Amino acid sequence: MDFIPNTDSDRREMLEDIGVDSLEELFSDIPDDLKVEKDLVDGKGETELELKESVKAIADRNKKPGDRLSLIGAGLYDHFIPSIVSHVTGRSEFYSAYTPYQAEISQGTLTWMFEFQTEISELTGMDIANSSMYDGGSAAAEAVLMAQEYLGRDKIIVSETLNPRYRDVIETYLPLEEKQVIELGTRDGRIDRIQLDEILSSEDSISGLVVQSPNYLGIVEDLSGLKEALDDSFLIVSSNPISLGLLEPPGNFGADIVVGEGQPLGNPMNFGGPLLGLFATRKDYLRYLPGRVSGKTLDREGSEGYVMALQTREQHIKRERATSNICTNQALNALAATVYLASLGPSGLKSLAKINWDKAHYLADELTDLPGIELARNQPFFNEFAIEVPGDSCDIWEKMKENEVDLLHPDNLKGAGWEDILLVAVTEKVKKDELDHFVASMRSEVE
Amino acid sequence: MPTIFDKSEKGKTGTSFKEESFAEEAPEEELDDKLLRSDDPGLPEVSQSELIRHYTELSKKNYGVDDGLYPLGSCTMKHNPKPMEDLAKDHRFQNHHPLASEDLVQGNLELMYELGEMLKSISGMAGITLQPAAGAHGELTGMLMIRKYHEDNGELDRRREILLPDSSHGTNPASAAVAGFDAVEIESNEEGTVDLEQLRSAVGDATAGIMLTVPNTLGIFETDITEIAEVVHDAGGLCYFDGANLNAFLGRVRPGDIGMDITHFNLHKTFSTPHGGGGPGAGPVGVKQELVPYLPVPTVEKNEDSYEFAYDRSRSIGKVNSFSGPFGIMVRAYSYIKALGDEGLREVSGNAVLNANYLKERLKGAYRVAYEGLCKHEFVLSGSGVGEGVKTVDIAKRLLDYGFHPPTVYFPLIVKEALMVEPTETESKEALDEFAEAMLSIAEEASEDPELLHEAPKTTPVGRLDETKAAREPVLRWRTEDEE
Repeated sequence: MDFIPNTDSDRREMLEDIGVDSLEELFSDIPDDLKVEKDLVDGKGETELELKESVKAIADRNKKPGDRLSLIGAGLYDHFIPSIVSHVTGRSEFYSAYTPYQAEISQGTLTWMFEFQTEISELTGMDIANSSMYDGGSAAAEAVLMAQEYLGRDKIIVSETLNPRYRDVIETYLPLEEKQVIELGTRDGRIDRIQLDEILSSEDSISGLVVQSPNYLGIVEDLSGLKEALDDSFLIVSSNPISLGLLEPPGNFGADIVVGEGQPLGNPMNFGGPLLGLFATRKDYLRYLPGRVSGKTLDREGSEGYVMALQTREQHIKRERATSNICTNQALNALAATVYLASLGPSGLKSLAKINWDKAHYLADELTDLPGIELARNQPFFNEFAIEVPGDSCDIWEKMKENEVDLLHPDNLKGAGWEDILLVAVTEKVKKDELDHFVASMRSEVE
Repeated sequence: MPTIFDKSEKGKTGTSFKEESFAEEAPEEELDDKLLRSDDPGLPEVSQSELIRHYTELSKKNYGVDDGLYPLGSCTMKHNPKPMEDLAKDHRFQNHHPLASEDLVQGNLELMYELGEMLKSISGMAGITLQPAAGAHGELTGMLMIRKYHEDNGELDRRREILLPDSSHGTNPASAAVAGFDAVEIESNEEGTVDLEQLRSAVGDATAGIMLTVPNTLGIFETDITEIAEVVHDAGGLCYFDGANLNAFLGRVRPGDIGMDITHFNLHKTFSTPHGGGGPGAGPVGVKQELVPYLPVPTVEKNEDSYEFAYDRSRSIGKVNSFSGPFGIMVRAYSYIKALGDEGLREVSGNAVLNANYLKERLKGAYRVAYEGLCKHEFVLSGSGVGEGVKTVDIAKRLLDYGFHPPTVYFPLIVKEALMVEPTETESKEALDEFAEAMLSIAEEASEDPELLHEAPKTTPVGRLDETKAAREPVLRWRTEDEE
């Protein structure tokens, strides 16, 4: 066994010191009838060489990514990741460390957590950020729980253009009856302000509004005036962090909590995980913040250092009265984001956001020149947009697949009543000739 | 401790892009001014060479399991085999979108399905979800299934209580609370195990279920577990098994065989994913047949010759993760179980328990042991009584000067000045002996020169840090000197 250093003679010596005859005897406290006798997994184990062959054979049963053009977004995006990211996260002093409970030998982790919190605060325009949640969906759900707890109110308004998966997670997390979620519809692809005013004047006990920008259809929401309408109820905004290189941050519109999926910041899509939940808020709500935070302090000699701060909010101290049950988070993914944002800096992030915008708009320009194809909603968008197509969107999806262009399957949109729509996402990685290939494929379908 | 912000200088960057304009209109023309970012975010501006030196310097102020023994009780800090790291980063696994057409990602789906089958077999459960992103997330998933189960039986109104031993992990009561239950603590007996009489008087019409950690946080196997399950089941409750300590009995005992209805796995503990300084993890949840309808969607199912995500589950609690779960961790766990094989599972638990008992034997003269009998994968010592005014925190900090990561301290709460030691199976006898020598030497110092302990650590990048100050005057982000 490559991972167990004890030799047979070590084992004999150790058993003798303990005063038992065999490994089995160490388990003599467990009644025999509770023990399992049969084999539980197939095989006698694999050597490293065999393992690499057998597992890579499974990987080979996937189509090779990169051989095809993928324009799927819907919350996760295939962005370029600079080499420096994996060279930092690959240092085992970072990746093989536990949670930094022993601060004196965890200054590396605690310092980058502090940097991450600063970067996310800056990006979102908020006072403070925690050092990560599981993903965008659970971050949104925790934001709702925090608003409910802080205000002592139980209803939440959710925009219909919030990623439907986030909405699902919010509904799963809410412990009481489904009535708590009030759906806010859209008008021309943006949240319906008139309906919002109606809800706010007719319902009581509203803890807040969850809105996404750019929303699920890629449209940039106009967040101005929302906080004023909500009054002391929380404005919770879910944002794509890359878009914030170009767009005014939610904090400047008075958001109380900003959440989002941090995967685009230096993390691969990983077939859905591990991901990175972002969570930023105002300092007034600090004691209600879920998750870990690193804080600056001094040692006995007066030197600066970092510790896990405000642990009295957390489960290992507060138990059932903690602000959340989260313990393990997405530290290494947050480190990747920290390094990614530091490497791009403000100028790199701004360029990147513009390139994403530009390529997506080029594609939209070209597609909407084709007969029968129009933007589904005529509103400003970032790097993702919805088009209406002539005929059955599923047929077109299938045809594009034959042309080695992968799109989000329209079934992912139908639930929300968006029929015959295709959602298209573009990142800086997609080359112009690939976009032209997609346009040509579409042309041959619709002309 | 300088941050990357302190090294920032206007005009520098480590990653630049070439802007080209293909579209007809620029953002400034299409977007209202108020929606365009007015001020650049205050991100650091540094070159690549400065960046890599900063993070290399930071990494040297950290301690990982690759640096040495990491005997944190209940955390299972074992060696993370490197082949698993390389396999998980294979771009054929890593660069797929979870919403890609299923026929393009059959390999990924096969791996998820097969991992699920292995975990079911290892735990003795009938169904599995791979969605939860961590152990506590698994606990919450389990609690929400218990909720829905009682709701379906029309009993949720009165079944509001989750029973927990007072020795349980902090996440247990917190997860029960997030799911809307009242956490009701039951006192442990002297061995830290559940007192059956206490339990009988605690269960009733209000009982929704019980959460148990086995072996418990003293490292002792709950020998009455089938009776506990019977008492709870007779009262109409369900049994949740916290699988954090699976390393103790891997391949030997299955929660499903001993009356447990739900269990989570910490893939990042037992099945060896590095802990990353706090995450990411994975917390799959296995359930008995009667709870299968409540599993989160989607699950991964096998058809005749293909695999698919299945959403059709009418009683499902819904989704707990934005997508289908932490796939990268699943690749590591699958590969690790494949490398071990059936016999390897038992070798893991056998050697984990051997190492813990051996270390306990070496330390029991110098430190008071909370429980004298055989332990499983971990044991608890007390730091009280080793020296004048010496506390457990002093012992822990002194260990840093000896170059070791300390054990878990002040947990479980039921032992005064607790030191909870879990060496794991991947430590050699030599490494255990070195650690034991350090602990024995510290015990001597404690009685002869306790100041050495009070002043520790002396050799770390910073000395003992003031946590009270960090809580009273929270500084949670970098600011320029002017802003401060």
